[in-house]
Amino acid sequence: MATSILHRATGIAMYAGTVLLVAWLGAAAIGQDALNVVNAIYGSWFGQLVLFGFTWAMFQHLMSGLRHFIWDFAVMMEPGRREALGWATLAGSVILTLLVWTVFVWVG
Amino acid sequence: MVELMLPKADRPTKGKTWPKPAGAKRLREYHIYRHDPEQNANPRIDTYFVDLDDCGPMILDGLLWIKNKVDATLTLRRSCREGICGSCSMNINGLNTLACTKGMDDSKGPIKIYPLPHMPVVKDLVPDLTLFYAQHRAIEPWLKTTSPTPTKEWTQSVPERAKLDGLYECILCACCSTSCPSYWWNGEKYLGPAALLQAYRWLIDSRDESTQERLDDLEDPFKLYRCHTIMNCAKVCPKGLNPAKAIAEIKKMMVERKVAA
Repeated sequence: MATSILHRATGIAMYAGTVLLVAWLGAAAIGQDALNVVNAIYGSWFGQLVLFGFTWAMFQHLMSGLRHFIWDFAVMMEPGRREALGWATLAGSVILTLLVWTVFVWVG
Repeated sequence: MVELMLPKADRPTKGKTWPKPAGAKRLREYHIYRHDPEQNANPRIDTYFVDLDDCGPMILDGLLWIKNKVDATLTLRRSCREGICGSCSMNINGLNTLACTKGMDDSKGPIKIYPLPHMPVVKDLVPDLTLFYAQHRAIEPWLKTTSPTPTKEWTQSVPERAKLDGLYECILCACCSTSCPSYWWNGEKYLGPAALLQAYRWLIDSRDESTQERLDDLEDPFKLYRCHTIMNCAKVCPKGLNPAKAIAEIKKMMVERKVAA
């Protein structure tokens, strides 16, 4: 049940995250000054933390969605396997989040 | 709809602590939900002590020991005491299961016992399962045929019969349905895992000749598709069955017949 709740929670978090994306695009459309303000907020340690969380929420929701896709074939539902699949979604989302941040933020 | 808190009048309060049996050496503490809707009072959690040297090993043994020796007003359902009738289903230490097949030594500390979650309570540990049984009735759990009745029995091959394994064993204890958040929130429109497991049992029975009508009846946003694969049903089933998988198989049948059409 925990991963089911997590799937819904990350789904809701993505709504909030999308608002951040729209705010950024909106600011870019308004002009350089507005974009500078938004960039400063998103670039602060707190902004970065929220964006990191948004990235993870997106990947967790994606992994969890893939798990439901697998379950739609009525496979991997047995005890042991279904729990393993749950842990795999968590591992996958953490690895992908770190990968994306390493490539595009910390190194790039 | 989603209810995160019980109404104030339904929240359990601390109840009575019953005296320890005199001279007992090994005691086990039971915390039991008590409620009589005819009394105008909140439910309460009573504390009892069971003498383990005078009592069988199962949770149900302890409950009956309490009823016989401490408090005769404690109300519960039970019959077979061996996991085949499904009467003594209740919430034990947070998981729905049968009191008769759950050992006291499976857990440490006080044993916390509540009625099956999110059901109207008739008294103490007895929930009202009227709707649950009506849902089982609604899936028409009997053989439906149009062919002339054979002179002997309706025959079935060994592999066809094997498809019913893991389905026919259901004892309708309601542990699965009452553990399901979707059932808690949409119990009046969603059939729930127990009824759907039985629906699948008849859908894949090689002798049954109303598969399409059965699928038509389940083709509904609530009856079947409120299952969001939360998996609590499969986790708690005291018979080790997998209602979530049966429901996934029904959803697959729905897609397959759409693709075939």
